[in-house]
Amino acid sequence: MSELVIEGLRARVGGQEILKGVDLAMASGEVHAVMGPNGSGKSTLAHVLAGRPGFEVLGGSALLDGVELLDLPAWERAQAGLFLAMQYPTEVPGVALADLLRASVSSSDNADEIESSMRVEAERIGFDEKFLTRPLNVDLSGGEKKRNETLQLGVLRPRFAILDELDSGLDFDALRLVGARVEAATEEDSVGVLAITHYSRLFEQLRPDTVHVLAGGRIQQTGGAELAQELEDTGYERWSDAPPAVASSAKLPADPVLDGPFSDPFADPFADPLA
Amino acid sequence: MTEFSTDAARALAGPSWLVDRRVRAAEDFAAAVPPDVADEEWRYSAIREFDLSEFVPSSQPCAAPTPDFELDSSAVVRTVNGRIVSVESADELSAAGVYVGPLTTAEQGPDLLGAVGSEAAGYFTILNDAFVADPVLIRVPPGVVLHKPIVVTHHVTGDRAAAFPRLVVDIGADAQAEVLDHHTSESGPLLVCPVTELDVSPAGRLGYLNVQQLGSSTWQFCSQLGRAGRDARLTVSTAAFGGGYARTRSDVRLVGRGADCDLSALYFGDGRQGLDFRTYQDHVAADTTSNLLYKGVVSDESRSIYTGLIRVRPDARGTNAFQTNRNLKLGEDAWVESVPNLEIENNDVRCSHASAVGPVDAEQRFYLESRGVPTGEAERLIVAGFLGEVLETLPVKAMREPLRSAIDAKLSRQRRSEGVVS
Repeated sequence: MSELVIEGLRARVGGQEILKGVDLAMASGEVHAVMGPNGSGKSTLAHVLAGRPGFEVLGGSALLDGVELLDLPAWERAQAGLFLAMQYPTEVPGVALADLLRASVSSSDNADEIESSMRVEAERIGFDEKFLTRPLNVDLSGGEKKRNETLQLGVLRPRFAILDELDSGLDFDALRLVGARVEAATEEDSVGVLAITHYSRLFEQLRPDTVHVLAGGRIQQTGGAELAQELEDTGYERWSDAPPAVASSAKLPADPVLDGPFSDPFADPFADPLA
Repeated sequence: MTEFSTDAARALAGPSWLVDRRVRAAEDFAAAVPPDVADEEWRYSAIREFDLSEFVPSSQPCAAPTPDFELDSSAVVRTVNGRIVSVESADELSAAGVYVGPLTTAEQGPDLLGAVGSEAAGYFTILNDAFVADPVLIRVPPGVVLHKPIVVTHHVTGDRAAAFPRLVVDIGADAQAEVLDHHTSESGPLLVCPVTELDVSPAGRLGYLNVQQLGSSTWQFCSQLGRAGRDARLTVSTAAFGGGYARTRSDVRLVGRGADCDLSALYFGDGRQGLDFRTYQDHVAADTTSNLLYKGVVSDESRSIYTGLIRVRPDARGTNAFQTNRNLKLGEDAWVESVPNLEIENNDVRCSHASAVGPVDAEQRFYLESRGVPTGEAERLIVAGFLGEVLETLPVKAMREPLRSAIDAKLSRQRRSEGVVS
């Protein structure tokens, strides 16, 4: 049984404080949803935990079985058992998925196991095997990229997986397969899942145990699975009093990873960004 | 005064037509103005540090070194200091009328030498004309298709030796061949000025791969001169790893309608190496296509230069011409210059050029790190992948694995020098 405990996490991006004290604790096999309006800091939370460059930690801690993740370089966090399924997986020309997975498990597993594990995982989520030897994420559709992330989760079997908007870019059938695969990982490998999303559609297959509402850089409310449905119906208006973590006028680096009010291509285009 | 006099050229062995040709070139050379960085073509180059008087022409043969790769080939020619020391050729080749061997003993030799090169003569090309010891000829008659590559190796050795390898490849109409041209040298100060002429007749197909693994103190001034006839397909590619200062000029002239040329290069400099590439895509005929992709990596205090020109002549309507140079700079002290150029004299064309210089992409590195790949290993994967894009398109497929090993060797040297620093 593993534990991920986040306490008082504060972080800054582009000179602006986005996370203002996030507290969240979870254990192996649990599914925690983090939902919230655009610009609330959801993706920032994911990147700060994974150690993405450009995100500056101002305070707090994130302990994985007592190991301070925030003190480790990104790759050691991953080796400690943390996995990030990215909202916008980066294209890495010339590096195939197989190369990546071999390099990431080089010390523990052997290459043959990786090969067969990749094929099994590809089959489970309907990911075309031809992509296994192609350059990472290059010329992949949004949906294929998300399947690719899910496949890696399946092969690497982390202790905790952060899913940053895994549902975006997936059509209904793909979402069902991917959601079911992650749900299975929580049971088969006791993977703990922190699912960051704007919508609740991922939760038809992946059943959350706990739902957190992140707004204004803090967890504003925590509840059971029913909270996700409630949010779907009522929206996030109730937290509109919480000052947005990302001011819409703020000058931020042109970086799609920032879930700023205008940068989420999957956001409701008719929503009033200042609401 | 240098040792590269008309008398020295006249003293070289060979048939009288070749001796006469050398002497004429030596006279031209004596009158030629040495290049200078003030000339656009030599801008950024290390030419001011070069002193020809430090070298002596050598055509002293000895046994060729054993190459560190094995290749299933149809013929192998080896030269040492520009002198042919061995020719092995499969029986099928001569049965099919293919000629692989000394140009001087081939019937059309005198006509073929310089047939492509004469119009683009530069200082070191003229020097090659004057001191070429023993040109190599590969001649594939019309309609003959070779399924295994022909290999030519050149080695330079000796005290301050200067060597002038020459390779002439003549591909007949609708014929097809692949040629590996492999260059090595000893580690001391040496000079090598190779000239390669690639002539592809209508509908012929030639894949040429130059692999440069010269010693770390060798000066190289190399000319690759290609000409593609109607509907011909010519690939001129280079993989450059060695040399102290190694310059390669690649010219392709598309003279027949529908001709198609690919130019590609991958290079990896480290230590204090300078790798210098100049390219010229010259579209003479209509409906011709040329596509250039050069990708390089520089680390330590090494330097790379790329300058290229696409020229579209007035009659070359319907030209497609592309030029891309991308560079990865691994470290603050490495230096890259990249200057693509266009000169277009016809409106009905599609041309583009692009160049980029930068460090390993932080987002790409983070993506790999976020899967548990250590930083150094992530960078090595990205660099190998970056060059892999060119590697996967090179002719002489069987060389890809040896070239991958050469890249790995450079990368592990990189890792060691990192270790020394930290």
